[in-house]
Amino acid sequence: MASKLTQSNRAGWLFAAPGVALMTLFIILPFFLAFAFSLTNQRLASPNPTEYVGFENYSDLLGLAIFTLEPERDEGGEVLRDDDGEIEYPRLRNFTRNNPDYPNLQGKREWFSWQSGENRTVILASDVVFMKALINTFTFVLFVAPIQAGFALCLALLINQKLRGINIFRTVFFMPVVVSIVVVSLLWQFIYSPGDGLLNNVLSGLTFGLWEPRDWLGNTATALPSIMAMSIWQGVGFHMVIWLSGLQTISPTLYEAAEIEGSNKWQTFRYVTWPGLRNTAVLILIVITMQAFALFAQIDVMTSGGPLDSTQVLVFQAVERGYGKQDISGGSTISVILFVIVLIISLIQRYLTRER
Amino acid sequence: MADVRLKDIKKSYGAVDVIKGVDIDIEDGEFVVFVGPSGCGKSTLLRMIAGLEDITAGTLEIGGRVVNDIPAAQRAIAMVFQSYAIFPHMTVRENVAFGLTIAKASKEEKEKKVAEAARILQMEHLLDRRPSQLSGGQRQRVAIGRAIVRKPEVFLFDEPLSNLDAALRLDMRIEIGKLHKSLGATMIYVTHDQVEAMTLADKIVVLKDGYVQQVGAPMDLYHRPQNLFVAGFIGAPSMNFMDVSIGSKEGQTARVHSDIVAEFAAPAWRKGAADGPKATLGIRPQDLHPVEEGGIISGNVTLSERLGTETVIDVKVEDGSRILVSLGEDAVYEPGQAISLGFNPERAHLFAPASDAEKHDAQVAAE
Ligand SMILES: Nc1ncnc2c1ncn2[C@@H]1O[C@H](COP(=O)(O)OP(=O)(O)OP(=O)(O)O)[C@@H](O)[C@H]1O
Ligand SMILES: [Mg+2]
Repeated sequence: MASKLTQSNRAGWLFAAPGVALMTLFIILPFFLAFAFSLTNQRLASPNPTEYVGFENYSDLLGLAIFTLEPERDEGGEVLRDDDGEIEYPRLRNFTRNNPDYPNLQGKREWFSWQSGENRTVILASDVVFMKALINTFTFVLFVAPIQAGFALCLALLINQKLRGINIFRTVFFMPVVVSIVVVSLLWQFIYSPGDGLLNNVLSGLTFGLWEPRDWLGNTATALPSIMAMSIWQGVGFHMVIWLSGLQTISPTLYEAAEIEGSNKWQTFRYVTWPGLRNTAVLILIVITMQAFALFAQIDVMTSGGPLDSTQVLVFQAVERGYGKQDISGGSTISVILFVIVLIISLIQRYLTRER
Repeated sequence: MADVRLKDIKKSYGAVDVIKGVDIDIEDGEFVVFVGPSGCGKSTLLRMIAGLEDITAGTLEIGGRVVNDIPAAQRAIAMVFQSYAIFPHMTVRENVAFGLTIAKASKEEKEKKVAEAARILQMEHLLDRRPSQLSGGQRQRVAIGRAIVRKPEVFLFDEPLSNLDAALRLDMRIEIGKLHKSLGATMIYVTHDQVEAMTLADKIVVLKDGYVQQVGAPMDLYHRPQNLFVAGFIGAPSMNFMDVSIGSKEGQTARVHSDIVAEFAAPAWRKGAADGPKATLGIRPQDLHPVEEGGIISGNVTLSERLGTETVIDVKVEDGSRILVSLGEDAVYEPGQAISLGFNPERAHLFAPASDAEKHDAQVAAE
């Protein structure tokens, strides 16, 4: 076989060449370039020569430290309190700026903290924005992947019936997929717009004016969920079609056999449909996860990562750094980290859903 | 246990009539086989009995109860499909116990019933395998096991053996026969394999184009087919047909002859067989044999196939038509050799005159 592929197949290789060349140029080469850049201090345009910096970019992004602040005390050992009775702590800056006693805190900033007794425990990060992006991305994936997959399955089950006009529904549900995500994002900006937006209007109509209009994308609490909802809506049709193709591979006689045995709807789903969808489920899970990790356009169009970094995500950060701040090495590093994360998650998913 | 009665059953898909009025009485414990050419509606009829297809018109009774509108699960039937329809992700044990799982039976009950079914079908050693690790015959055993566990009053089989190779088919056929004897349940079996039909059936139903052609015991159908279609359909190789003229008729016999058939007295009990001046004569290849003199048909051998136990000779008669002869022994006939054929007139069949197309249909359907 191998010899056949390499020797007597010149025409085949010739046909494949343009595709292979393009893929090498635009996918494989950039992939390795990103690895290489992530180990240097490369900038988009810079008078200084590029230098090898080892894993500095990675530690600049991923550096974390935990630090316990003890309260300020007077000579008697009493805890000092401010006028409002709040405990006073030394300023964090004293430790993170040029403090030779704490080299591990150098340059780090507070990410979040919690109170434990009199002490305050602080988690410091070298790059707080990156950490927020990381968390937001994971939150997005964690919600979007199961909800979108589940929703898509429900639609597929509904649509996999022999009813008249069912194709109309198939088309309608699939429509968002073929519309450009940028257009969809712009449309949803209108839906979410504060005050007189469509969503606010509908909600106030449904509640007879009791609804307080809110700024869906301008509020740190609602911005990310709003983008999730819109992303689920946009992608659900695509996954519905994949589910549908899985459903149609299940032999109708299996359903008939189950019917004769007296299986009800739920039992039929559980014993016939769901096991028959195994491979489809694995595919969908991996595809959705990867798509969700690649979240970018919606953020770029709708919030640019705001408000207060509440919708920062990894790809947006990579682009923002690489081109916005001309920090190619930083952007490359984020890309590589994202690649490793997606790879690990895919491998775990493959392992968990393997054929036993 | 239950009898099954079909009264004027009809089935249409939109404007297409598939079953056009079928009456069949199946007694309790009987093994009934539906045969017929492809597309005649055998599966459709069986699926209506199963409750997988709606009945367009007529009544269906199982065990004295009209079940037209009763769902499949409550008809006390079990069905075995041609494609096995066993669940690929379940072990054999889980497959066999499927009905019990659905009915939320206890673990002990499942164990017991599965063990019993496995014993009957001799597949104890397969219980923990998955369907992908089984041969076709073993898969079909699993499907039958799943049916047995339901303790149905009526077993329905839709060409259960047609995906198996010849040797396995023989094994499974014997197995199913035994199963019928040991369970004593009513069984309805669809096949287009004549051997299965002849060996298994207490009663065969021959269907064609949505109508019942004849219902009867296998040997009844073989020896006394009611019409040309049944005559051609039952028996292999298929019956020879030729046009004859009727000379005279006395009681139940008619003297017939044609350009190629010397005059003889043929039984004419069949309705409409000897009413006119013309008729169609049918003779089974097995009933013909070469004779030295006094042959009734003569011609030349064009081909002979020696099968060891049987020799099939293709004979070209004077008017150019073909006649098949099947001898129950090994014999040598050379192409071109002249041959004279005789037969026991008692075993000739006389039918109402049939067109060439009808004869052809009846012969082809058997293949
Ligand atoms: N859903 C359907 N819609 C329309 N026509 C159908 C449908 N199902 C079956 N038929 C038609 O009904 C006729 C009988 O089909 P059926 O499957 O009962 O044949 P069969 O006797 O089992 O044939 P085979 O030996 O090939 O299995 C066929 O002509 C078929 O085309
Ligand atoms: Mg069929």
